[in-house]
Amino acid sequence: MKEKKIMLGNEAIARGAYEAGVKVSAAYPGTPSTEISENIIHYPEIYAEWSPNEKVAMEVAIGASMSGVRAMASMKHVGVNVASDPLFTVSYIGVNGGLVLVAADDPGLYSSQNEQDSRLVARTALLPVLEPSDSSEAKEFMKYAYTISEKYDTPVMLRTTTRLAHSQGVVELEDRVEVEDKPYERNPRKYVMMPGNAKLRHVFVEQRMNALSEDGCDMWVNRVEMNDTKIGVITSGIPYQYVKEALPNASVLKLGMVHPLPRKMIEEFAAKVDTLYIVEELEPLIEEQVKSWGIKAIGKEIFTVQGEYSANMLRKAILHEEIELETPAEVPARPPILCPGCPHRSVFSVLNKLKIHAAGDIGCYTLGAVAPLNVVDTTVCMGSSISTLHGMEKAKGKEYIKNWVATIGDSTFLHTGVNSLMNMVYNQGTGTVMILDNSTTGMTGHQDHAATGKTLMGETVPAINIFHLCKAMGIEHVYEVDAFNTAELEALIKREVARDEVSVIITKAPCALLKTNISKKKCYMIPENCKKCGMCLVPGCPAITKDDNGNIRIDDTMCNGCGLCMQRCKFGAIGCKEV
Amino acid sequence: METKNIMIVGVGGQGTLLTSRILGGITTAAGYDVKLSEVHGMAQRGGSVVTFVRYGETVAEPIVEEGQADVLIAFERLEALRYAHFLKKDGVLIVNDQRIDPITVVTGAAKYPENIIEDLSKKYKVISVDAMTEAKKLGNSKVFNTIIIGVAAKHMDFAKEDWIKVIENTVPAKTVDINKAAFEAGYTL
Repeated sequence: MKEKKIMLGNEAIARGAYEAGVKVSAAYPGTPSTEISENIIHYPEIYAEWSPNEKVAMEVAIGASMSGVRAMASMKHVGVNVASDPLFTVSYIGVNGGLVLVAADDPGLYSSQNEQDSRLVARTALLPVLEPSDSSEAKEFMKYAYTISEKYDTPVMLRTTTRLAHSQGVVELEDRVEVEDKPYERNPRKYVMMPGNAKLRHVFVEQRMNALSEDGCDMWVNRVEMNDTKIGVITSGIPYQYVKEALPNASVLKLGMVHPLPRKMIEEFAAKVDTLYIVEELEPLIEEQVKSWGIKAIGKEIFTVQGEYSANMLRKAILHEEIELETPAEVPARPPILCPGCPHRSVFSVLNKLKIHAAGDIGCYTLGAVAPLNVVDTTVCMGSSISTLHGMEKAKGKEYIKNWVATIGDSTFLHTGVNSLMNMVYNQGTGTVMILDNSTTGMTGHQDHAATGKTLMGETVPAINIFHLCKAMGIEHVYEVDAFNTAELEALIKREVARDEVSVIITKAPCALLKTNISKKKCYMIPENCKKCGMCLVPGCPAITKDDNGNIRIDDTMCNGCGLCMQRCKFGAIGCKEV
Repeated sequence: METKNIMIVGVGGQGTLLTSRILGGITTAAGYDVKLSEVHGMAQRGGSVVTFVRYGETVAEPIVEEGQADVLIAFERLEALRYAHFLKKDGVLIVNDQRIDPITVVTGAAKYPENIIEDLSKKYKVISVDAMTEAKKLGNSKVFNTIIIGVAAKHMDFAKEDWIKVIENTVPAKTVDINKAAFEAGYTL
């Protein structure tokens, strides 16, 4: 009997890559895609790397495919935007060894800045999209993606969502199939995309997509589950599970390939059912095409384009079931916050004190936007802090940004912030850039990057030195400072924002959750000195609270001993010691 | 068998994912079809987190919806209150008697509700445990979640030996003994 294992969707995707004989994987961490790469390293047959950003990752995978091996890139939905430049053109080039892009969407925005639908990107880039519904399918579809990729000479998008990526289900393990490398032959008409060649490849791409649409009617990933014909549903991915739960008697056309659509199959199915529903989260990709063929169907008239679906949502919308529910209790919200001991809190508490605005970026430090820190004013996308600050200056003049800084993490700086800083230097900006260097990619759960000195596969390598990198751009004023030294930090920020030149302040202190950085210190109260002034509470550390009698308490199970509260106390009422 | 629905709720960083791994392990070992849904990413930074576990002959939907949970395991009082309406009428609520103030309370924008356990006990079958104190008695506050699993185990349909086997296979080798002791402590509370 084959071994069965319970696996996260992302773990199953990694397993699928392994079984498919993949040899190269490149990625940049991003929720909900990160665990794919973290699981791929369990298979030594695959070379796996963290690239500095998704465009680079995509290109690494493209190069590997061109050389004749099966390759993949994985990223979150907004990462696909970063990778879209190579993606749109590799669609024309096609593949040598099979090439798969795993795009992880986030309906419901569990950990993202938008709720975009990557299937639309694939549609515009003229790429086929496979969409699995559970962990078991994630593994099987991954393998099938390589079959399609090589048969039709096309990169394939495997599209997941948070609910698939972070759900565990039972998976049957199979052996790896070693795929022989395809021979590489010089072929500029295919591999060099200049106008004359690309024009011809565009014709090929159209033919390829038509062939996929036709053959899709016989692909096993698309299947009809005929049942009662009063209600028919076309669905795919995780929503298929909600359909099965809510409408066990309905007939279902389950699409495994959601682009291009198997038109004949859909037309035949539609003819057999009385009322046809199309159930897909986010954008009406399937629905709009089906309706454009003159097929009557109900979709976004009754289903939302926002957030995740559920079985109860379908019971209400399709069956008009009244579901009696208890009213939820009214309780205080618990939004995410910076951890106890987080160096970002120290930096933001200084910026807050100086009433400085921050053009923010993507990472844990986006949380500097919320109370009680309220420092971050803007957040758009990876690397945008530096360039948006520069744009403000060019619009309003250098005086306008004298009470502004850009705040960006080390990993995000290397991702795309470095380009923005180059621009600031080149175009004579005067902004103050704060690189919050916590020696890791924090939000996604501690991934290494080019400045940590470690690779995804655990090798020790020379680390890019961020200080020297900034210096090499010709920036004279680059400073490194301990993120917890609030006095020095305050003086430095005051001086640098006033300066009519670009300056970079690198605040250094490792993430409080890094295993190599587990603090042995704990802060403690010296109650007889406490005046209950509450200064220690201002930075909003969750380990220090005021009880109903106004007494300050430090929770020793949460405290990381960073000493920020102690620095803020003028009365010596907080101590810090090794325990 | 009807599909069973379990929920684990708590505060990001409390280690609810280990509990879900153990639940995934024991239900799979028993030969059930299992689906488990977790929260990773930003909410893990001190936010409210929830894990759904469903097991039975075949399981489609990976989430538990309101009014469907057979067992709700809450790692913190306020989170018990937040998700109590997910319980079935005869569902069991296991709550760790710990208070972690959300930032909305720390900043004074909201008040931490009083008498949560007493109020919930009027509506549901509530089993309350001070797992942190019990864990400190064992000399390691980190195993409080395994104590909660021990308490929950008494209200689920798996043999004690099977739980222990799964714990042995799930936790890091160095911590097997302390976690077994913690499970035992919870189970006999």
